[in-house]
Amino acid sequence: MLTHGGSTRMNKIRWTKVFVFALCLVPFLLLVRDWRNDALGPNPVEKITHTTGDWTIYLLLITLTVTPLRKLFKVPSLIRFRRMLGLFAFFYGCLHLMTYVGLDQSFDWPALWKDVYKRPFVTAGFAAWLLMVPLALTSTAWSIRKLGGKRWQRLHRLIYFSALGGVIHYYWLVKSDVRRPLLYGAILLVLMLYRGVIWLRPKTPRPSAP
Amino acid sequence: MIGIEEFMSRLRYSQVTPKSEYLNRRRFLAGALGATALAHAGAKLSGVTKSPLSTTEPVSAFEVITGYNNYYEFGTGKGDPSKNAQKFVVDAWMLSIEGEVSKPKTLDLDGIMKIAPLEERIYRHRCVERWSIVVPWIGFSLSTLLKQVEPTSKAKYVAFQSYYDPKQMPEGKYAGIRLPYVEGLRIDEAMHPLAMLVVGLYGEVLPNQNGAPLRLAVPWKYGFKSIKSIVKIKLVEKEPPTTWNLANAHEYGFYSNVNPEVDHPRWSQAKERRLPAIGMRPTLKFNGYEDQVASLYTGMDLKKYY
Repeated sequence: MLTHGGSTRMNKIRWTKVFVFALCLVPFLLLVRDWRNDALGPNPVEKITHTTGDWTIYLLLITLTVTPLRKLFKVPSLIRFRRMLGLFAFFYGCLHLMTYVGLDQSFDWPALWKDVYKRPFVTAGFAAWLLMVPLALTSTAWSIRKLGGKRWQRLHRLIYFSALGGVIHYYWLVKSDVRRPLLYGAILLVLMLYRGVIWLRPKTPRPSAP
Repeated sequence: MIGIEEFMSRLRYSQVTPKSEYLNRRRFLAGALGATALAHAGAKLSGVTKSPLSTTEPVSAFEVITGYNNYYEFGTGKGDPSKNAQKFVVDAWMLSIEGEVSKPKTLDLDGIMKIAPLEERIYRHRCVERWSIVVPWIGFSLSTLLKQVEPTSKAKYVAFQSYYDPKQMPEGKYAGIRLPYVEGLRIDEAMHPLAMLVVGLYGEVLPNQNGAPLRLAVPWKYGFKSIKSIVKIKLVEKEPPTTWNLANAHEYGFYSNVNPEVDHPRWSQAKERRLPAIGMRPTLKFNGYEDQVASLYTGMDLKKYY
């Protein structure tokens, strides 16, 4: 009975994972569809840049919501989705960067490097992407074993700075209407405050996830 | 995401409604409502002559020109104005030309349409955000109107002011810039034949999202200099304040001439994207109008007076 019940539960999680995976792909597939139908609007490059950038930041924030949600609502199994969500944030981040490098700047490397060091919003965005690279590379179970839980956890706190970099990147980019970057900044602040409160509370023997 | 949906629905709409039928319906409405209704957006403009000042470059699609706009009074998204400006009422428009002039005047919508014979001028339009379009504007040289009011010797600059009504433009309070929008030109710039007052595009009365009923087109300057929905033109002695300069003086100067050699602090101006193209093309000095306008700036350091 017990094994049977357990495997049903595993099955449910597996199917939910497939569902979440498909869901995360939707923005990308819509872009591909619109690209093929020549339906990306008057400024296709801007459309792709904004969509991929938006989803990078959405998924970073969603990834950071997993831990508070599973603790506040006592659904520890949510942890099974965190890696996938984080990797999708990286996926959209890579698409965003590739759009900028290839479509926007046409691989004009001298102009690109000038942009990265001369323009703070590009610097912030590039740094935010760079901080995601080690996290994506060490996202396997093997890496956790190799690094050890504690060190792995410490390394993966880089996501806080990546999300912060993303918000700053957006804030510095807009010309005057800062409502959306401020909203994302506020969400990030709440998610970080939650961690701050947990961290300040007297330590319990249970290890806390980042 | 929203922008694309709208763009597609607009395309579909134009596919199911033949343009001629659409215009006929407009004309019917105009006839029913009287003569002034003829000036409503979308109505066909007649007696328009072709100007020799036009570029021979291919004109941008109507959907691009009217579906991708910076008009913060109607929202800061590029697709917002085409959606939010549709109900904008311009019927009771009053334009005042005042200040250092001998013959100040106020004009209603009819008066505006009759300032001068209408010309179609195909101009390049370069936005400070690195995109550009080619627009078949309809209007006349700003100088024609200025000469009618007879500027005094003290008229060194021309200040422009846009309409702003928070009730008709509720999105304006989130614009992040001070409204009403104001702009300015030096008098010699304003008197240059290329500087144009616009009342239409693509053969039609100016769509609301493009700055109906009257806007400026100064093709050698970044697009934000070409102020929309003008209610006041004032000739003044001192350099007037301009909206984007007030918002961020470090990024937007009074002159704002298109110049590939002077970068915007946050991006290079060396290249531009001719919508809806993917690739970039080199930006031309004074947006390709160097031969006509460079003499206005002889001896000026264009890096300093950006």
